[in-house]
Amino acid sequence: MQYTSPVREPLVLRQMHKNDRKTTMHDITDDICRQVEAAPNMRWMIALGISLVVLAWGSYTLYRTWFFGIGEWGLNKTVGWAWDITNFVWWVGIGHAGTLISAVLLLFRQKWRASINRSAEAMTIFAVLCAGSFILMHMGRPWLAHWALPLPNTYGSLWVNFNSPLVWDVFAISTYLTVSLVFWYMGLIPDLATIRERAKNPISKFVYGLMSFGWDGSTKTWARYEMMSLVLAGVSTPLVLSVHTIVSFDFATSVIPGWHTTIFPPYFVAGAIFSGFAMVLTLMLITRYVFKLEPYITLAHIESMNKIILVTGSIVGVAYITEFFIAWYSGVPYEQYAFINRMFGPYWWAYWAMMSCNVISPQFFWFKSMRTNIYATFALSIVVNIGMWFERFVIIVTSLHRDYLPSSWVMFWPTYVDIGDYLFSFGFFFTCFFLFAKFLPVINMAEVKTILNSSTREAGEEYTKEEHIGETKTATAHLF
Amino acid sequence: MMEDSPKKYWKGIEELTNDIDFVKNAENEFAEPLPKHEPNTENNRRDFLKLMGFSVAAVSLAACETPVKYAVPYLNKPENLDPSIPNFYASTFFEGGDYSSILVKTREGRPIKIEGNNLSPINKGKTSAKAQASILGLYDDTRYKGFMVNGKAGKMESIDEEVKKSLESASNIRILSSTIISPSTESIIKDFIKKYPTAKHVQYDSPTVSAHGILQANKESFGVEALPSYDFSKAKVIVSFGADFLGTWLSATEYATQYGKTRKLGKDKKEMSRHYQFETRLSLTGANADYRGAIKPSEEALAVVALYNKLNGGETFANKEVDKLLEKAKNDLQSASGNSLVVSGSNDPAVQMVVNAINNQLGNYGNAIDMSTPSYIRKGNDNAVNAVIDEIIGGGVDTVIFYGVNPVYDHPKGKELKSALSNVKNKISFALAPDETSTLCNFVCPDTHFLESWNDAMPKKGIYTLTQPTITPIFKTRSAQESLLLWSEAKTTNFHDFIKGYWNTNVFKTQTKFKGFANFWTSVLHDGQYLTNATIAEVKEEVTETTKEDKKAETKDAKPKVAGKFSGDAGKAVSEIGTKYKTAGFEMQVYQTQAIGNGSQANNPWLQEMPDPITKACWGNYASISQKTAKEKGITAGYVVKVSAKGMSFELPVLIQPGQADNTVVVAVGYGREVVGQAGKINGKAIGVNVFPLAIDVIEGVSIAKTDKYEEVAQTQTHHTIMGRDIIQETTLAEYVKKPNAGRNYPHVSSPDGIKKPSEITLWKGHKYPNHSWSMVIDLNSCIGCSACTVACQAENNVSVVGKAEVLMRREMHWIRIDRYYSSNESAKSWGEMEEASANPEVTFMPLMCQHCNNAPCETVCPVLATTHSTEGLNQMTYNRCIGTRYCANNCPYKVRRFNWFHYAEDDRFTTVNYTQTNDLGKMVLNPDVTVRSRGVMEKCSMCVQRIQAGKLTAKKEKRHVKDGDVITACAQACPTDAITFGDMNDLNSEVAKALSLKKEMKKGEHGAEDEIIYSITEPRAYQLLEEINVKPQISYLTKIRNKDEKKGKGDANANHGGGEHH
Repeated sequence: MQYTSPVREPLVLRQMHKNDRKTTMHDITDDICRQVEAAPNMRWMIALGISLVVLAWGSYTLYRTWFFGIGEWGLNKTVGWAWDITNFVWWVGIGHAGTLISAVLLLFRQKWRASINRSAEAMTIFAVLCAGSFILMHMGRPWLAHWALPLPNTYGSLWVNFNSPLVWDVFAISTYLTVSLVFWYMGLIPDLATIRERAKNPISKFVYGLMSFGWDGSTKTWARYEMMSLVLAGVSTPLVLSVHTIVSFDFATSVIPGWHTTIFPPYFVAGAIFSGFAMVLTLMLITRYVFKLEPYITLAHIESMNKIILVTGSIVGVAYITEFFIAWYSGVPYEQYAFINRMFGPYWWAYWAMMSCNVISPQFFWFKSMRTNIYATFALSIVVNIGMWFERFVIIVTSLHRDYLPSSWVMFWPTYVDIGDYLFSFGFFFTCFFLFAKFLPVINMAEVKTILNSSTREAGEEYTKEEHIGETKTATAHLF
Repeated sequence: MMEDSPKKYWKGIEELTNDIDFVKNAENEFAEPLPKHEPNTENNRRDFLKLMGFSVAAVSLAACETPVKYAVPYLNKPENLDPSIPNFYASTFFEGGDYSSILVKTREGRPIKIEGNNLSPINKGKTSAKAQASILGLYDDTRYKGFMVNGKAGKMESIDEEVKKSLESASNIRILSSTIISPSTESIIKDFIKKYPTAKHVQYDSPTVSAHGILQANKESFGVEALPSYDFSKAKVIVSFGADFLGTWLSATEYATQYGKTRKLGKDKKEMSRHYQFETRLSLTGANADYRGAIKPSEEALAVVALYNKLNGGETFANKEVDKLLEKAKNDLQSASGNSLVVSGSNDPAVQMVVNAINNQLGNYGNAIDMSTPSYIRKGNDNAVNAVIDEIIGGGVDTVIFYGVNPVYDHPKGKELKSALSNVKNKISFALAPDETSTLCNFVCPDTHFLESWNDAMPKKGIYTLTQPTITPIFKTRSAQESLLLWSEAKTTNFHDFIKGYWNTNVFKTQTKFKGFANFWTSVLHDGQYLTNATIAEVKEEVTETTKEDKKAETKDAKPKVAGKFSGDAGKAVSEIGTKYKTAGFEMQVYQTQAIGNGSQANNPWLQEMPDPITKACWGNYASISQKTAKEKGITAGYVVKVSAKGMSFELPVLIQPGQADNTVVVAVGYGREVVGQAGKINGKAIGVNVFPLAIDVIEGVSIAKTDKYEEVAQTQTHHTIMGRDIIQETTLAEYVKKPNAGRNYPHVSSPDGIKKPSEITLWKGHKYPNHSWSMVIDLNSCIGCSACTVACQAENNVSVVGKAEVLMRREMHWIRIDRYYSSNESAKSWGEMEEASANPEVTFMPLMCQHCNNAPCETVCPVLATTHSTEGLNQMTYNRCIGTRYCANNCPYKVRRFNWFHYAEDDRFTTVNYTQTNDLGKMVLNPDVTVRSRGVMEKCSMCVQRIQAGKLTAKKEKRHVKDGDVITACAQACPTDAITFGDMNDLNSEVAKALSLKKEMKKGEHGAEDEIIYSITEPRAYQLLEEINVKPQISYLTKIRNKDEKKGKGDANANHGGGEHH
């Protein structure tokens, strides 16, 4: 039995329903399954349509990239990575929030995670797939991508180079994807079984039946489910730290001034969580609105996530300043120039975009009014992700474009194929996400049900007695 | 039953007769022994298995990747031709005024590479970029494929008939040819004139190639209408007025080899020449000068006069700064009297007369200038040429023969000539490929490419060289000489026989070594040249090693040899110059570039893509202006400007050139070819603008105006200053003499244990090179930046050409590049100011290829081990294994790795520029020892690993160790100044070891490890690039040393911050 302090805001807002009853577990099932069972609505169709158009355009540019070669991008002899790896790191970073929410918050028994973990995990998986697509895209000979895996082969002892951070990346990303996928899917099984039971259409029944792996809801099954969740959470937790640490090694282990920095691992992890939470917020606010999920995704959720954004954003800001200090303190002229060049060189605009989006904008969340303002949160969540994209761009491009020998100094400008391939990842991501939102339950019903009573017993009762029904905003405000 | 059958089959008549040989060999599979080329190669079972394993693997791999389409085996193996073993043939290159004696490397019967002939006393085994690239002309698919009549293909025989008929009826024949240095061709033309007495022969050099001024001045001064032999190696002080003698002036390769000698320094040689340059544009030569004054074109003549007057007491030059330099030059010239050299690039006989007078006064004749062995590589007489052109325009000529010239394109009166030609009855051209002139001719009888034909040459008095065919003519062409022989109905119409006959009667008698002509001929053919006895003596004298003291004594005692006494009237010339040249207003100068020259090789993509040594621009010409002029006119780089001069106006993108004289605009000729093959055009339009109509010495009254159009100049380097980094370590001669390690910077790292050398703090275990340790030493002091190495490497290693658009994307593929840095202003304090070059900067060149790091950053990051370290110190690429992540290129601190962004050999978009890899004929130039890289793989300098392998194999076959000189990389081979030395650091006798003063030490093995031999570099000038990051390159650089009195300070190319040695 769990007890939640009544001063906390309720995690699920219980509304008054017909016949003067409060939200029951059955209402939760109804609310969540409605999207899956009902015919697709217009808003969803339009959203998916736009995503598909973007995906189609991106697929054309991707075809050009793969058919003609990487030369379709704006890269050159000096800048060998730009948008490709920027996008890769950006997407991997976005994926981080999902794991943090599902694994770390589970271990820390943060019950508020229950209503957001499903879609955060889905987002993780799609984001990692997008990241992976850039690994494939950026290869000169993508048809030989499997050579980066230590596969047994007929060439004798031909093996991968275990010294290369790119090989570490392969392991890190593939592990991350596998574990996230399993964790996510396992969490889905009880809900899929619920949908199976409710299904009237025989095809749905069959498909969801197949997908739910014969879940019977017995106590034994539930006990195993709980245990397995904990085990997977235990496995995933180190991944939250390791994946972006390893991604940062791509840069940190190199000799390029501006890359060769020991601060990268913690700074990248903080940045990843920062951007991941921002992306979760962006998506959740949309889903919440589209599917009318306000009782499940409350302002309390939004505020908690904003606090995490504030903390990680500040960590990132401190890291930026530390980098500068170290560049000066090291006495290495190349390093010093790299950082001066970031601020005042030809890419100054990218640097200042990064600084204002990542360091200055999250500071608004010191104010509760901002943390609990949905519009401000939505806007800042997008600003943060723009900033985090620029962060990777600044690290990759401004370090490469002016490194050791001035004779090779160049500028990088993207081509339309660069942009198109980035759009491809957006098209892919949103297509996947909208399909997920339509055909799978976006909130973990089973877990939300477990906190329905425990977290809101007192507060819920008080709320339903004294206030009108339906105006959740004023209701929560009244509590404080 | 078979076994019972009495029938018997004999293998041959020998078996029946029981021939002794047959019985002996009856057991063997092959009756005759197989041909053996390698001594003592006994194949044993292991070898067989190895070979079989390899072949199976190779065959199956080949089957997977590239199906062989057109391999046709030899039915009968030609003599002296073994598959995969190259043959070298001595020959001669002479095109656009550029002469070199060469060796042509052929593989399976096709010429694939040109190298210098070491036996040549002129180019001494070295070649220019143009000579290196000339091989592509052979495989140019746009050449004439047969005889043409009135623009249509015709039959050789019938055209000959027609030509002969028209020649017979002609009343006024003119032969307009380029300079002919072939004595037998001259004799053929003489015979032709005998047959057709109305014929007149005029030799024509393009305006930018012509040495009319020198020829005329020498005729007046010495009675010899020829170029002298210059020897820059004998000059302690060199003063040049606009003569780009290292780049494009006369015999630049020859002069570069001589000049290189004076710039070499070492333990025993602590002196070098001092070089002054006065010029308008920043030329390659000016970039190498110790002191350089920027003057306007009109001032070049006046500066010569000012120097002359200074030597004779009095007069100052208008420009104060230049005047100071002239004064200094004068003092240096006087103190080095007899050992100096003054040259001028002017084509005005009066100016050259004053130059002759100066040299005469300084006693340079007989030392650095030798009139007794005149050079014949320029014979064009501008006056005679202009007379003929005027004659044609005037309609006084009914037959013209164009041989190796394209006056419609490159004569200032080309346009008028073009319209006049329609009135000329018979126009005959010997052009190889369609050009502006040949397309106007009614008969085109294409000449053979020099690699397909016989020829001879006499570049200098006493030096004869031969050209021999290295392949049968690819198209239905015939050498021009044979055409002339045929038309003049000579006895022998075979040019080969004619040359032999000519040599038998004229040359053979000048020698005493060989009794029979056949032996003499074979020897000349083998060596590629024949030096008359007098010349041999002279060359020997030069080669014989004498001690320094002896040499000094010699030069003091030696009586100068003078051919004819100087008898010119300098006073008259001076006054002539005084009235002719007035400096006022905005001026223009045209020049020819290192790569494209006079435009005859405009269809050569290697040359089009070769970055100009100074501007680093390629694929087109541009209008250069100085920084100050740009600021005054409000023009920024990349904008198109409209230049108007002498009734002609054209638009070109602007390039802001530090070091150029203010109020001048400089444009290169050789571009704007309207009738040219595919590579000479972009999207069907001529590249650049033809400024030959303006190719006269001084063009005044020029106006330049900014337009709204923007067009980027394709440059391979866009950042021009060194940003105060220790990349180029340099000093002055005086400093170097005091302290041999002057200018060196020793980076240091602070550690808890105190200050350490970067190499002392390392995670790396290092590599062991038990056999060889291949390495290079690059002397920054002798590298003149000529870029011959870049093209040589491109030819050797099948480096793709990518075209202008891709160069603009900064994706050129060159494996060896030459970084050119300008010094920035001494007062520069901020990073931004350091980015700007100073108005008249010091220039440094740094050849940069893969540094073959021992602690290679590229090797650790490759996920698939596509780039690994060899046991001989090479960083090697396995193209097959590369998946193209480009991580290695990102992590390369030298940025020398090149990525195949596209499939250059198969992508349709590159067929016009990259025809050496895409076109069936072009592919014949590919080096079969080097893979053509596919799309998506990384490539870079391999230190010519195929040559290393070949050298090792030769040594192995001869059962000996590899000697120094067995292996030489393409870049080092071509380098005219020997700035690049390649060799084995494990061989203490190698040139590399000497250049680095290697010391061999035994290092006691610690903790039970084996003792180790360590070779340490003790040369004080040697340094490795970016020593501070401890990647330990195999390649070392030697400091740049300028022969200057004062050293530049802060903000300069060599900002010596925190220098000093830490040991």
